[in-house]
Amino acid sequence: MNEAPAAPKQPGFGAIFTVFLAAGGVSFGGGVLAYLRDYIVNGRRWLDNDDFLDALEVSETLPGLNSVNMAVIIGDRLRGIAGAAVAVFGLMLPGTVAMMTLGALWVRQSQNPNVNAFLVGVAAAAVGLLLTVTLQLGHKQFVRPLDLMLIAATFVAVSVFKISLLWVLLTIGTVAVWFYRPRGDAATAEHMVHLRERLHSHRAHWRH
Amino acid sequence: MGHKLISLAWVFVMLSLLAVGGGTAVLPEMQHMTVHQFHWVTDQQFRDIYSLGQVAPGPNMLMVMVIGYRIAGVAGAAVVTVAFFLPDCLLTLYANRMWRRYQDSPWRQAIQRGMAPVAIGLMLSGTFAIAKLSIHNAVSFAIAAASLGILMWRRINPVILIAVGGTIYLIFKSGFFA
Repeated sequence: MNEAPAAPKQPGFGAIFTVFLAAGGVSFGGGVLAYLRDYIVNGRRWLDNDDFLDALEVSETLPGLNSVNMAVIIGDRLRGIAGAAVAVFGLMLPGTVAMMTLGALWVRQSQNPNVNAFLVGVAAAAVGLLLTVTLQLGHKQFVRPLDLMLIAATFVAVSVFKISLLWVLLTIGTVAVWFYRPRGDAATAEHMVHLRERLHSHRAHWRH
Repeated sequence: MGHKLISLAWVFVMLSLLAVGGGTAVLPEMQHMTVHQFHWVTDQQFRDIYSLGQVAPGPNMLMVMVIGYRIAGVAGAAVVTVAFFLPDCLLTLYANRMWRRYQDSPWRQAIQRGMAPVAIGLMLSGTFAIAKLSIHNAVSFAIAAASLGILMWRRINPVILIAVGGTIYLIFKSGFFA
């Protein structure tokens, strides 16, 4: 075990595995990200809060589960592709063991009315949980008229008109990005110069 | 058997790549594909399997492996797990490395800001799909409303709500309130 505390920039694979295993083992109902932030930003200090939020922004934009995407991004940043693999493996291991155990039990009991009743109650409680997560994640979007329109259009397309997800992403997704497209006016041009300067300083920073 | 595994792999690779906004966002499409298109599970089984994911720790969407297990045993579970998680992991690995280079590109900002409300809309649809499968009477509605209210009011470990919700509905169904 490599436990050198003086090298927080390059944690060992064992440490990465342990942290993600813990996050994957104690989080229920989609709370993985809160634990990851606690362990990685506050506990081990592998990333600062801004870096964590940057990674989260990317995770949310790309397809896939946020928690798994975070494991890939953070693992990659800490120890490259092998770090990403170790992080994902650790995150998924406890849940995989639990799911396969529960799944094997459920397959034999799937007609049991008591099991069904319990799981209906679980699903109902999960609805409240999902709604909370959605409202918290979208608190900025729900108060902007344009965003609210895009939220409503997406919901109606999927839930009312049952349009396939691929088409919803291609149509509403494209329109949404077009709404926020970079504008070619003077203010934007000035902004671009500013951005390019920042980009260069970033690049210089990364070379260190 | 081999044919089933190929269908499972194909469907879950597709779902993986369409999961913009995370697992909840892809639930309606997953329900459509696994229940209505391929008839691998019924609506009730889909709901039960989703609930198992809530009871297990870690990412809820690990529940996809139970769909594979139900259809094709351990091989099915393995195929579905790899199909649903590997493409997104590879995509994230390479897209993130590229993404960092365009940190300040206005198009990166446009994609992030534009896709955010779409992802929220998809999550609402996913929530609605689970609501339709689970809320059929006043008791299940009360469980959902109470869970929302309590979580808005204070931070509490969701596993408590999940366990209490399941227990209350079990007691209700066993005729205790009758």
